[in-house]
Amino acid sequence: MISTTYYLGLSAILFSIGVVGVLLRRNAIIIFMSIELMLNSANLVFVAYAREFGTLDGQIMVFFVMTVAAAEVAVGLALIVAIFRSKASIDVDAVNLLKG
Amino acid sequence: MTVEFVLFIVLGAIAVIAALGMLLSSNAIYSALFLVVNFAVVATFYLLLGAPFIAMVQVTVYAGAIMVLFLFVIMLLGAERLQQPTQKLIWQQPLAIVLVLALLGFAGYVVAMQGAFTPSGELVNAAGYGSPAAIGQLLFQEYLFPFEATSLLLLAAMVGVVVLTAVDERRRRSRPSRRS
Repeated sequence: MISTTYYLGLSAILFSIGVVGVLLRRNAIIIFMSIELMLNSANLVFVAYAREFGTLDGQIMVFFVMTVAAAEVAVGLALIVAIFRSKASIDVDAVNLLKG
Repeated sequence: MTVEFVLFIVLGAIAVIAALGMLLSSNAIYSALFLVVNFAVVATFYLLLGAPFIAMVQVTVYAGAIMVLFLFVIMLLGAERLQQPTQKLIWQQPLAIVLVLALLGFAGYVVAMQGAFTPSGELVNAAGYGSPAAIGQLLFQEYLFPFEATSLLLLAAMVGVVVLTAVDERRRRSRPSRRS
């Protein structure tokens, strides 16, 4: 039986890698994938604590997080396609029309 | 050093390496494939944690549907290789690394302060824990309202995607010169 602490540590590492991806990469699709990575590490914590407390509620939460992630990816990729149509680029630095 | 612990270390290393590969590869397609590897490893962790149903959903929905959507959009746009843009904010990169290291340090501190706790194996090994039947009963009894709310969320997302990606026919006809 592996202690829950190890899972929390692994999840923290994966979450940090996701944060680095959002902060450092300029490709909008890579930023989206990093967000998926962060959601996934949060899911890992949910399942680890569900085992810790011996209930299933954490696993249900993972189910809902996956649903929200699917909706978010669909809308986000549609936005990226729309931006690519008008700018021919998905570099997030290119999206600066509101800049004064 | 039990077998399970060795398995955890090896799988955790694969997960971290796949995540770093996603972060560092310059081709967006390689990034997506690295992320599929990471999701598959996390699905294996769900199996170890006594969540077989969630593991299967992870493989089908995350590694399957969502990542296929990613790959489809990357290939549709032909945007797998972006030229490295000139960095507009010079101070942003080092600041981001420092802040992320601080975040990791704090998270590690909090996790270490929790103390090592190992749950008793009886509950997880009990028949039916994490099975589709148990999840379904909880989902359709206690969590019925959130479940219905997610259907509304998915409907809204679907309508939003159709609106966002639909090409405006009238505008295209009135200004034909913009389309080469």
